[in-house]
Amino acid sequence: MQKHNSGADFALTTSQTPGSSKPDPILIADKIARQFGGLTAVNVDHVEIQRGSITALIGPNGAGKTTFFNLLTGYDSPNSGTWSFNGKALNGIPPHKVARLGMVRTFQLTKALYRLTVMENMLLGARGQKGESVLRSAFPWIWRSQEAAIQEKATAILKNFKLIEKQDDFAAALSGGQRKLLEMARALMVEPEMVMLDEPMAGVNPALKQSLLEHIKELRNEGKTVLFVEHDMDMVHEISDWVIVMAQGQIIAEGTPATVMGNSQVIEAYLGAHHDTDLTSEGA
Amino acid sequence: MDILFIIQQTLSATLGVNAIIFALAAIGLNMHFGYTGLLNFGQAGFLAIGAYSVAVPVISFGISLWVAFLIGIFNSILFALLLGVPTLRLRADYLAIVTIAAAEIVRQIARSATFRDFLGGSDGITGKFASEFFDLNPFKQGLTTPILRFSGNDLWVVITGWILVALITFIMWVMVNSPWGRVMRAIREDEDAVRSLGKNVYLYKMQSLIIGGVIGSIAGFVYALSRQSVQPDNYGTALTFFAYTVLILGGAARVFAPIVGAMIFWFLIVFIEQVLRAGVTSNIIPDWLIGVNQVGQIRFMLMGLGLMLLMIFRPQGIFGDKKELALDAKA
Ligand SMILES: Nc1ncnc2c1ncn2[C@@H]1O[C@H](COP(=O)(O)OP(=O)(O)OP(=O)(O)O)[C@@H](O)[C@H]1O
Ligand SMILES: [Mg+2]
Repeated sequence: MQKHNSGADFALTTSQTPGSSKPDPILIADKIARQFGGLTAVNVDHVEIQRGSITALIGPNGAGKTTFFNLLTGYDSPNSGTWSFNGKALNGIPPHKVARLGMVRTFQLTKALYRLTVMENMLLGARGQKGESVLRSAFPWIWRSQEAAIQEKATAILKNFKLIEKQDDFAAALSGGQRKLLEMARALMVEPEMVMLDEPMAGVNPALKQSLLEHIKELRNEGKTVLFVEHDMDMVHEISDWVIVMAQGQIIAEGTPATVMGNSQVIEAYLGAHHDTDLTSEGA
Repeated sequence: MDILFIIQQTLSATLGVNAIIFALAAIGLNMHFGYTGLLNFGQAGFLAIGAYSVAVPVISFGISLWVAFLIGIFNSILFALLLGVPTLRLRADYLAIVTIAAAEIVRQIARSATFRDFLGGSDGITGKFASEFFDLNPFKQGLTTPILRFSGNDLWVVITGWILVALITFIMWVMVNSPWGRVMRAIREDEDAVRSLGKNVYLYKMQSLIIGGVIGSIAGFVYALSRQSVQPDNYGTALTFFAYTVLILGGAARVFAPIVGAMIFWFLIVFIEQVLRAGVTSNIIPDWLIGVNQVGQIRFMLMGLGLMLLMIFRPQGIFGDKKELALDAKA
């Protein structure tokens, strides 16, 4: 399962400790804390994401993974902390600007745009559209050729994701798994440098999962960075170069998939939670 | 019972000034609600601003009517900004609350004693502010046929009004079918998803609010011109809800819905009224059941009943697609 490409190689030389520094980080976060009332949902001291790698963010339910995604992408603001993407500080930058900088996310609860067709969902993703300006929208000859080019690109991606037959259907008519695929395909229309996927495999059937994995690997081959949240350990094992483990808002371990999954702290974080609910009433 | 008279009254209302006003008001709401998902419950406020903006400058300041139109558009943009800046970043329900209140504030200010000198208080403004418009009328004799009848002034409003409606509808049609319109419809579905694709949702919502509001103020121009007067109490909440009725009747997010909705709305109101009135005066409907003075109320009851039936049997409106409406359940 060892891959030989630039994105993966760093794993061999990087220290496998929480907060370890990477040779070429695209994303760096420092002292990020987010409290909801008394609850500290996220408390990340330091984390770096290697450019061109596939990094998995794992952790038990309620670990703070989605909240951390929301903070990084501007959907929520932390109580404290700083983070940067490609060297640019992202504090206070609204979500749409984060996306324009090249960091595009998907959502755990899929956000397909229901009463738009699959194709319209895709076309929406493209950046720099002349026809999206209010003044130019009324003059179709200004944007028609660009629209055709975007449509061509969308068609290619939809074929890749096996959604091309559905292009004229409303997104609401897709199955849950297909919506996950559409959301990821749509994110690619933005041509991001980094893709952040929140549970891209949830609810996707095994056959489709395999092709989704291929798509994610393909992204790395194109030089993109992927950070994804996933509960399915086989999947994490199969495609990630690096794994970061969160529990109770903190990063408790990181390293290669093999090392991390043998880590006793990680096993405890996952299983401990279950033992607690099964046996004694409260954990730490 | 004079059937020809009923037909004449009904058809003239179907194509008449009121249908134009409501079509325009509903086109604006279609931009807000149908295409962007903005709940504007203050459309009457935009109409009032349009109406007062043509009457006041001409009467009180002697400004040309054509300049007054520009003032009206400027004021409605200002009103849209005033509503949008504090609310469009918040959840959708805030806009609904703020707009309904703001429209009432506009009406209360208009009818207040403080500004009576300019705005005419609760009596409103009546005067010759529309002369520049009616001087251009080449059809001063009006139109009288067995099935259609307009006074000279009304005919001029009707002709120019429907041309305006057609023009605005055409531009709307082009715009909502452009990439810009696609962003609007996407915002209606899920703002956060649109943000994640790099679109400035706030800016788009503001554009929608302004465009729909300006069209609403144009409806106000027609309202004021056609009556050659502005009455503050015509611009109450009921006006907004009638405009919504028109939109939903036609089918939200359909570009022709406001036109057809407005025609059907006025067709029904006048037809029911005329039939009831004819029935009562010719004693076909007995006096103990409906008196002449009750006809006005009863037509709205029947109208309401009809709308209820429509919502039960054709909830998507005349033009709407039932499949599309069902998707709203976010299955
Ligand atoms: N808006 C909010 N208000 C209050 N508490 C919140 C909010 N969002 C998240 N939390 C809490 O923060 C903690 C982390 O939630 P989060 O959704 O980030 O977990 P997660 O790691 O994504 O879990 P899962 O794997 O189940 O998706 C949870 O305890 C959750 O209840
Ligand atoms: Mg989550």
